[in-house]
Amino acid sequence: MPWIDACALVDIEEEDLVRLDHEGRTYAVYRISGEEVYCTDGLCTHEKVHLADGLVIDHTIECPKHNGQFDVRTGAAIRSPACEALSTYPARVVDGRVHVEIP
Amino acid sequence: MDPVRLITFPMERDYSLTGPERQNAFDKGLAGAEWYRTPVDRKVLKSLMKRTDWPATRDIAIWVAVLVGSGAGGILLWGSWWALPFFFVYGVFYASAADSRWHECGHGTAFKTRWKNDAVYELASFLLMRNSVVWRWSHARHHTDTIIVGRDPEIAGMRPPQLIVLCLNLFGIVAVPQSLAALARNAAGILPPDEADLIPESERDNAIRVGRIHIAIYVLVALVSLWSWSLLPLMIIGLPRAYGIWLLLVMGLPQHLGLAEDVLDYRINSRTVLMNPILRFIYLNMNYHIEHHMYPMVPYHALPKLREVVKHDLPAPNPSLWNAWSEIIPCVLRQLRDPRHFIRPQLPEGAGVWEPVRSNQTA
Ligand code: FES
Repeated sequence: MPWIDACALVDIEEEDLVRLDHEGRTYAVYRISGEEVYCTDGLCTHEKVHLADGLVIDHTIECPKHNGQFDVRTGAAIRSPACEALSTYPARVVDGRVHVEIP
Repeated sequence: MDPVRLITFPMERDYSLTGPERQNAFDKGLAGAEWYRTPVDRKVLKSLMKRTDWPATRDIAIWVAVLVGSGAGGILLWGSWWALPFFFVYGVFYASAADSRWHECGHGTAFKTRWKNDAVYELASFLLMRNSVVWRWSHARHHTDTIIVGRDPEIAGMRPPQLIVLCLNLFGIVAVPQSLAALARNAAGILPPDEADLIPESERDNAIRVGRIHIAIYVLVALVSLWSWSLLPLMIIGLPRAYGIWLLLVMGLPQHLGLAEDVLDYRINSRTVLMNPILRFIYLNMNYHIEHHMYPMVPYHALPKLREVVKHDLPAPNPSLWNAWSEIIPCVLRQLRDPRHFIRPQLPEGAGVWEPVRSNQTA
């Protein structure tokens, strides 16, 4: 899978995320702190709501619709009604840009 | 025959989750649709959504202290009329105040720490005779499809309104036997079709386990009551769900009662009612109900601030509970004759207009 230039690191606040649309799919790119970044699918596995409107708390993303939670590192669903894990993708910071490896 | 049928008026629409209205909701694109939300700047929203343990720790501690204090007073004065005011307070905090704590912790917004939300949610579910698994899913659906007939399992004000049942339920007369029967069904391993429609396969065993735990505790308390030949154990555990729930209905029914069905705009199907600080403490600010539905991630303690940010786009709130009921009562009485009647809130000038984005989900 190719590495994609998602955005500048400064475009994502610490403990926040942005939405990334690529090739007809939606992803969520997270910045926890400093250069610690992650990437997951962008839609909640419960009812396909955009996670980009959600809240990052430590290493979890909370879905804006029903407060289901996922661990952004592993994609694991950790609070219902989210039951199914999110897919995760490698992410890194290169020269102040966030790169993600997505299909 | 279900005896409750004898005191219900025939309804125009089928409010079950498995009847014809379910298909209707899908056909009209009302199921899982996108709803209008007053736009809020992401930075502002983030600061409103911020989680902290402190306000809920304080409010839960006060709740527990009032429960322990009033319960102890009731036990010590049992047998005298002086016990009555203690049980009055105990019942309201046991049932009415538990509902808002159940709700906030169910959303996971009360505390920042997850296990604290879960612990209070489980306790409050037990007090309210709600299966914590079933109701978590039912409340999620209520947020997805708020007052969409055939989809929302939490429509309290059906049309025509079931006034006899609503009045009896001020003291849990219909709801308590129904809740216990629902728990007993779950304990027996049965999830009726409406519950099965809500709960995914992977959670069903959990729902059955919770039903068994609740029923086992209630049976134990009933046996202690019988064995000691005293109502006191049941006055402490179980019966308060009946004698203390009235305030929740007074505060909570106005959330949606008398407003539109099948619309994709919380401003039209939900109601914000201004209340005094004591009621807001008991109700954990759920009187800001339009705001809560628009942004369920905002914790209860930040709802007054959220209101300030979005109020330019919302109908004027009802200034008091009295005022809310003054518009609801004539409306529900008229609905007895004309079930299609409902209240249309006036949006302020310049309010955002919503082109409903209907869903293309299929049943
Ligand atoms: S849509 Fe994400 S938890 Fe329901």
